[in-house]
Amino acid sequence: MDKDLLLYEKSRAGRRTLRLGKLDVPAADTSDLPLRENPPDLPEIAELELVRHYVRLSKKNVSIADSFYPLGSCTMKYNPVANEAAAGIGGFRAAHPLLDAGRCQGVLAVMKRVEEFLAAVTGLPCVTLHPAAGAQGELSALLVANAHFAARGDGGRTKVLIPDSAHGTNPASAAVAGLDPVTVRSGEDGLVDVGDLDAKLGADTAVFMVTNPNTLGLFEPEIAAICEKVHAVGGLVYMDGANLNALMGIARPADFGVDMMHTNLHKTFSTPHGGGGPGAGPICVTEELGRFLPVPRVVEDEGGFRLETDAPDSIGMLRGWSCNFGVILRAYAYMRRLGPEGVRRVAENAVINANYLRVRLRDAFHVPFDGLCMHEFVATTRHQRTGGVHAIDVAKRLIDLGHHPMTVYFPLVVNEAMMVEPTETETKETLDAFVEDMLLIAEEAREHPDRLHDAPVTTPVGRLDEGRAVKEPVLRFRRG
Amino acid sequence: MRPDDRKYLETHEWAKVSGDTALIGLTDFAIHELCSGNEGDLVYCDLPETGRTLEVGETFGEIESVKAVADLNSPVEGEVIEVNEAIEDHLEILSSDPWEQGWMIKVKLTQKSVDHLIDAEAYESMLAEQS
Repeated sequence: MDKDLLLYEKSRAGRRTLRLGKLDVPAADTSDLPLRENPPDLPEIAELELVRHYVRLSKKNVSIADSFYPLGSCTMKYNPVANEAAAGIGGFRAAHPLLDAGRCQGVLAVMKRVEEFLAAVTGLPCVTLHPAAGAQGELSALLVANAHFAARGDGGRTKVLIPDSAHGTNPASAAVAGLDPVTVRSGEDGLVDVGDLDAKLGADTAVFMVTNPNTLGLFEPEIAAICEKVHAVGGLVYMDGANLNALMGIARPADFGVDMMHTNLHKTFSTPHGGGGPGAGPICVTEELGRFLPVPRVVEDEGGFRLETDAPDSIGMLRGWSCNFGVILRAYAYMRRLGPEGVRRVAENAVINANYLRVRLRDAFHVPFDGLCMHEFVATTRHQRTGGVHAIDVAKRLIDLGHHPMTVYFPLVVNEAMMVEPTETETKETLDAFVEDMLLIAEEAREHPDRLHDAPVTTPVGRLDEGRAVKEPVLRFRRG
Repeated sequence: MRPDDRKYLETHEWAKVSGDTALIGLTDFAIHELCSGNEGDLVYCDLPETGRTLEVGETFGEIESVKAVADLNSPVEGEVIEVNEAIEDHLEILSSDPWEQGWMIKVKLTQKSVDHLIDAEAYESMLAEQS
């Protein structure tokens, strides 16, 4: 049995990786210090065991660095090595948030330039880098909206309208901001049902939160008219920028009427993600809303760059420091290397790759909205129903065939959804290999459905009991 | 053929009227879709408190499986007078017996007509059309 023990289980008293030399200076007086009475309970391991432990674990990891990763809605694009080189530059790596501005001009300059770049991409001039993820960006923007309505004495705006294809974070953010999420239906075409939106818009509308392109990978063709309707009742339009990868360099959300949006630097701008962070979800807002953004803000004037906290209308501080700077820096390296033209090509190639996969797979798998898609598309297992094959079975079988699965069972508006987002960073050969394996799976669903039901068989553990994991979670390791 | 002693909402809830009350539940189809036929995949069912009043189509709770969360919509108008407490600890009864033991709430009707609902035959043809 190939069982990996924890470092604590491998620990043997007296083993270590480093032995300190003999003390050859006078011992310091520690009698005034709050020293602990007992040594800490740390594992004691020899260096070779330690190296093997981490190398073995790393081999079990699946990442964009070792396989195709078409996880829809997550934009698992390649994080170029140059980003890491930039993040490793000593002056950046060692910067401390308490340094005074004079000693970290480079850090502040990078922050300012990233703000400017995001303003150019979105068309929204006021930017904050504070939010640590997309969901915190959503929350920040809704707090900005609340402050905006309060400042103009416009009470009673309590409703946030959200399409039923939205990411679950949208209604959650609305609730956390003290507002009521209201669902807007999608039509048969997978787009916002404008009639249903009309019926729900009113004097109590605070914000309409829209993801464009939506989670089905479809661009909302009526988006400009929809934004006008929201503005006509006095509401604001928030765009969930999760899918900005399909638009950047081509369409600026401000131009079709968006007032506020977040961008996911850890997706669209290639910084590493997965595993819970760190991320960065900067928000960009209109000139009118800029005064409500959080503090501190990066200011550039004759004296150089500095952080400004004096902003009486601000919603205040959102987090301990100004941003997850390592993520901002990687995004900066990515933006600078691509430039405006490169950014546009990213979006074009992401859309082309998704459409290539959609067209090659649409005979074997049901594609419910089979028009031109943007950066991702949704297929289903409707054709595989007779073999009792579900989206989860396809996903698990893909693991055996060496691919990270696509997103399954999202968006909720599509039954047995499989959401595929290849990103622009894959070669045609990689896309073709994925197609071949998906076609093999479709054949297996007809001929040998058990192969799908039994998958995965190549992994350290087989099919997990996800229901029990939710109902009886074991969240803490106990020494046996 | 699904039971024709009750009526159905397009979102897969059923209502079985008896006098001035109705039992509300979820069809076998919806349960199966939520858990892909594996009853262990149902993880949570949130039902309302008694005393709550419901409009037709109003969300009265939600049901969650490992793959999705779905709203439970009321097929009738009235007041919740009883909640099936057994479901919380035994979600499996929703799949083993969705029609009898798997009822979710009992509603005292304030509007007795259920003509807005579809009958078993229409529900069957709706499902046939979708598949």
